[in-house]
Amino acid sequence: MTEYQSMPTRDSQRTLQLADEIRRVATRCWNIMEICGGQTHAIMQYGLDQLLPPEINLIHGPGCPVCVTSLEAIETALQIAQQPGVIFTSFGDMLRVPGTSQDLFGARASGADVRVVYSPFEAVKIAQSNPDKQVVFFAIGFETTVPSIAASLIHAQRNQIQNFSILPANVLVPPAIRAILSSPNNQVNAFLAAGHVCAVMGYTEYEPLAEEFSCPIVVTGFKPDELLTGILMTIHQLETGTARVENAYGRVVTKGGNLTAQTMIRTVFKPVDRQWRGIGTIPLSGLGLRSAFSAFDAVRRFQVDASPVAESSVCIAGQVLTGVAKPPDCPAFGKACTPTSPLGAPMVSSEGACAAYYRYQKAN
Amino acid sequence: MNDLPIFQSPICPLPLAHHAQVTIGHGSGGQLTHQLISDVFQKHFNHPALTQGNDGALIDLASQTAQQKLVVSTDAHIVTPLFFAGGDIGRLAVCGTVNDVAMMGADPKYLTVSFVIEEGFPIDQLEQIALSMSSACAEAGISIVAADTKVTEKGKADGLFISTTGFGLLPAGRLIAGDQARPGDAVIVTGSLGNHTIAIAEARGNLGFQSGVESDTAPLNHLTSALLAEIDDVHVLRDPTRGGLATTLVEITRQSGVTIELDEASIPIDQPVWAACSMLGLDPLYLANEGKAIVILPEAKASKAIEVLKTNPYGRNAAVIGRVVNVEKARLLLKTPFGTTRVLDMLAGEMLPRIC
Repeated sequence: MTEYQSMPTRDSQRTLQLADEIRRVATRCWNIMEICGGQTHAIMQYGLDQLLPPEINLIHGPGCPVCVTSLEAIETALQIAQQPGVIFTSFGDMLRVPGTSQDLFGARASGADVRVVYSPFEAVKIAQSNPDKQVVFFAIGFETTVPSIAASLIHAQRNQIQNFSILPANVLVPPAIRAILSSPNNQVNAFLAAGHVCAVMGYTEYEPLAEEFSCPIVVTGFKPDELLTGILMTIHQLETGTARVENAYGRVVTKGGNLTAQTMIRTVFKPVDRQWRGIGTIPLSGLGLRSAFSAFDAVRRFQVDASPVAESSVCIAGQVLTGVAKPPDCPAFGKACTPTSPLGAPMVSSEGACAAYYRYQKAN
Repeated sequence: MNDLPIFQSPICPLPLAHHAQVTIGHGSGGQLTHQLISDVFQKHFNHPALTQGNDGALIDLASQTAQQKLVVSTDAHIVTPLFFAGGDIGRLAVCGTVNDVAMMGADPKYLTVSFVIEEGFPIDQLEQIALSMSSACAEAGISIVAADTKVTEKGKADGLFISTTGFGLLPAGRLIAGDQARPGDAVIVTGSLGNHTIAIAEARGNLGFQSGVESDTAPLNHLTSALLAEIDDVHVLRDPTRGGLATTLVEITRQSGVTIELDEASIPIDQPVWAACSMLGLDPLYLANEGKAIVILPEAKASKAIEVLKTNPYGRNAAVIGRVVNVEKARLLLKTPFGTTRVLDMLAGEMLPRIC
């Protein structure tokens, strides 16, 4: 190995052609929301917003799983992690999200056994090699992380791994789109649906939304040319007055999605109301464990109860997450709130709109 | 007459002469310590200043210091796991400090080493690490002249920690430092970035797939001395270790009070590293390197520098990746392949993989 190769140029010519095409077809101002934090990250990383004409305004949606995980869930996580005999496992990003007084990194420094894992199966393995400990996995994320969490629970049940449980905090995209479009303050004209979410779930569930709210929704990938293709397709629809679901990520997404993954999800989880940080409770927007799997619910197992907690009064995370405001509109942005001392969750994860803005701020 | 009771003479168990593991007794300063030092360390580290066994090394600098300055650098090395593709903690401990001395423009000569060993550490692994240090020293052309071992109780250290201090000689009149970058300078990196972090992640079992990436851990002093022999006005040398290229360059922009502009498409990154980063949501510009240097020098000397660097195996992927543009603002800019520009900043903390 180590044969020299430069970083991929990411189809720069095609990307620039698409930007030209967007400039040509856009005649009016349009607000387009990319729903996924990974897309926000890519847009800021490659400076794609700089390639768009001023008429096209990209709004960064609530698709950062770390950002929308409620303060209550984080407090519950901290309470569980601090119990003796517990190994608390989580995807890395989650460790830095502040609760009311500390984050999971802080809990670890104070002696809690908190470990970063890259998949829920790693947590199951930790449970198997530590039979005298209780291993808890913080189940966060959108439909993309759910299949592997469901599979790990099916595996744990089948193999009677009694010392494994999850703290359920997964959320779903379509109810969030509905909540944004239903808001009287809504400014979003069209959505880029998250490609990886649709790879799992397909995109039929977006069709009623497009129709009911006359809102174009385009399933979009993550590479620069894929993002601009998705944006171009939404603009075509907006300019011609159409509103339907289109797939700009056909190399990965099919209409029906991954049926095996969906079956696993349905076996383990059911939709429940869930609180989104900075937004509030969205009906049937989360996944809770079905009764057959309720023995794996860490909230039950550890009898913890985090009471509701107030967010910072300065932070406008809720408005940022729903596209009503942009990160620099916040009085705390870059001043009281920075990635080293975040006031709100969007400043924590690299997928968070505030952190992405802070890190990839425009050169001028 | 009563028979005297027959006493069995007390049994004094002989201490085991050979240990497969380091025990707390190896840190006692007594026989076991001496045995460990002679069997494991002196066997591989044999500079007279060390083998004399005095409290300190006596080094005669008179013959070599005329018009020269002494450069000293120290570093503690902690890595999990201790062995990884492309190196181990021993090679890392030697190269890390050799490179810090070399980045001052100095010629590294001597090293001191301090080992903190956890009770129970396998002796064969310790010897393997000592051997690896010895060969890294031979490669770099430096000598370990003083060393120390301490043993901690089980559970009080993670296997093995190694601290090294390096000493090197700097020719009079040579000034290479982070505050010397000037507008009109070119920015060069001596090879592809991120390999060390990805190799460590793979050795920890965090990748979930085999990337085949090896750590780049290497002594760079021959590379830098070849460069400095040819080009006498190198302004900055710096090794982008923790925090990676971006963090190191941000430091330099602040020290020198300049803007540096990088050309993203010209930054060398091996394809497997790029693939691993894409899958894990990591940014290669922020990953650690242990065998790479950033070179900043007048643009007119850049092509000569690349030519010299490429003759060394550790510099064969050297590339010009950007330039120092002005002194208006201390910041690091990245020009993407699309002509867009973004600001690179230091990481807030540990870089964590994104979730989706």
